[in-house]
Amino acid sequence: MNDERNLLPYWLSAPGTLAMLAFVALPLVLTLGLSLYPFVPGTGVGEGLTATHYLDIARDEYFHTIFARTFGMALLVTAICVLIGVPEAYVLSRLSPRWRAASMVVVLGPLLISVVVRTLGWALLLGNEGVINKALLALGLISEPIKMMFTFTGVVVALVHVLVPFMVLAVWASLQKLDAATEQAAASLGAGPPTVLARIVFPQVIPGVLSGGLIVFALAASAFATPAIIGGRRLKVVPTTIYDEFLGNLNWPLGAALAAVLLVIVLAVSLGANRFVERRWKQVFQ
Amino acid sequence: MNHKLSGNRWPLRAFHAAFVVFMLAPLLVVVLVSFTDKGYIALPFDGASWRWYRAILAAPDFIDAFWRSLALGAAAATLATVLAVPAGMAIAWHRFAGRDALLGLLLSPLMVPHVVLGIALLRFLTQIGASGSWWGLTAAHTVIVLPYVLRLVVAAATGFDRSVAQAAQSLGASGWTVFRRVELPLIVPGVAGGWLIAFINSFDELTMSIFVASAATQTLPVRMYNHIAHTIDPLLASVSTVLIVLTLAVMLVLDRFYGLDRVLSGKA
Repeated sequence: MNDERNLLPYWLSAPGTLAMLAFVALPLVLTLGLSLYPFVPGTGVGEGLTATHYLDIARDEYFHTIFARTFGMALLVTAICVLIGVPEAYVLSRLSPRWRAASMVVVLGPLLISVVVRTLGWALLLGNEGVINKALLALGLISEPIKMMFTFTGVVVALVHVLVPFMVLAVWASLQKLDAATEQAAASLGAGPPTVLARIVFPQVIPGVLSGGLIVFALAASAFATPAIIGGRRLKVVPTTIYDEFLGNLNWPLGAALAAVLLVIVLAVSLGANRFVERRWKQVFQ
Repeated sequence: MNHKLSGNRWPLRAFHAAFVVFMLAPLLVVVLVSFTDKGYIALPFDGASWRWYRAILAAPDFIDAFWRSLALGAAAATLATVLAVPAGMAIAWHRFAGRDALLGLLLSPLMVPHVVLGIALLRFLTQIGASGSWWGLTAAHTVIVLPYVLRLVVAAATGFDRSVAQAAQSLGASGWTVFRRVELPLIVPGVAGGWLIAFINSFDELTMSIFVASAATQTLPVRMYNHIAHTIDPLLASVSTVLIVLTLAVMLVLDRFYGLDRVLSGKA
């Protein structure tokens, strides 16, 4: 093959690469730079370099609370998504083809509907005048409305709804790779259905659970619309704080520093977990 | 994996039913509320009416934002496809130095929180004097939806038999002819699915657009978010219902031709 042929893949991917460098990589690097400038109230970005915003984030109780809430929320949402998403993926694999097709649309379809619409639905369900409270009051189960809007629980429930399809999707994909013969072999050797599930099926879908969990965790930690609408002003998370610093206080350097910290944590968790999954896969399938 | 749920599996059936209710409840509530004849959110309500659908027609800012989101989605998906098809073919069919790094770079918007991309692009576009511009918004949407097209193009291109292209070449077809008459037709289904997924992701995108869109270039999700931040009224429910119905149509097309699970996990 001549040189022209060897350069072909580079030419083919050059336009996409340039777009990514110009509109993703460069802006991110500039944001990192922005986070090192001092903030001057009124004019915005000052002169000189400073680490003051990072020191503020590291020292200030206010930011600790916000980061702890964000990642605590993301962990809880991920755990609930594993608890309900894994069994749901398993049920889907056991349905007759017709029911499965219909159920797939119900379970995965919401991913295509705007998060604003889905969160609006939860706002209508969870409010003091909302459907859930009205129903419970009418049934006489409670005497006064339970507060669910603007609470941690409310945000977690809505986020689980927004993100659980990713978990079902990931586990479903690894269930597809499962060899039915392994289950039959276990059953023929006398294992009951619970044993087959626990000892044969579940170990084989763990990679799917981990990759689904990773997606859910990263998206939960960076979710904006749902915490903003259901959580409101008082229940701040990192993304809503970045929004307030940028568009409310016009403190762009602090907003950029918060964004840099969020990005580093999310990337570290994602890449770390990815490496872990890859290592496990190697051990299992060598 | 082909056995059906048998009768003694009723706990699984009950779980499935509860899961389906959980997934549908918020969407059904939105649809129900949109038919109220009251001036506020009320459930249950007495009289059903089209009042809040007529109200959409009297809300030009929502209608403008809808058309803007539609145009933005189409432009971003088309640009992303134009960039992703050649890159996807290079990644699927060639082994070259830096291939993994290139794939990582092209998929990187999937890993970066949209709020971070949003402020990064706001700052960048401000510095180059393009903040609030239509082309800046289009460029931003193009890069964030490119990974969705790329995954499906790579999956489609990896799946097909390269000997077909080699046969055409050995029979004297030029590189361009091989691409146009042999390779492209074989990956068109992947490309079309990728375009549609990219379009939907652009159309739905809120978090990055909040920062990048100006008052004059508000997309529909941004317009709706700003409305919710102010007040929640049945107008939002009727607009949302229109979106749910339109999305349902796209969903059925995707499911019919590709399978929702395959197209959503990037394997169609």
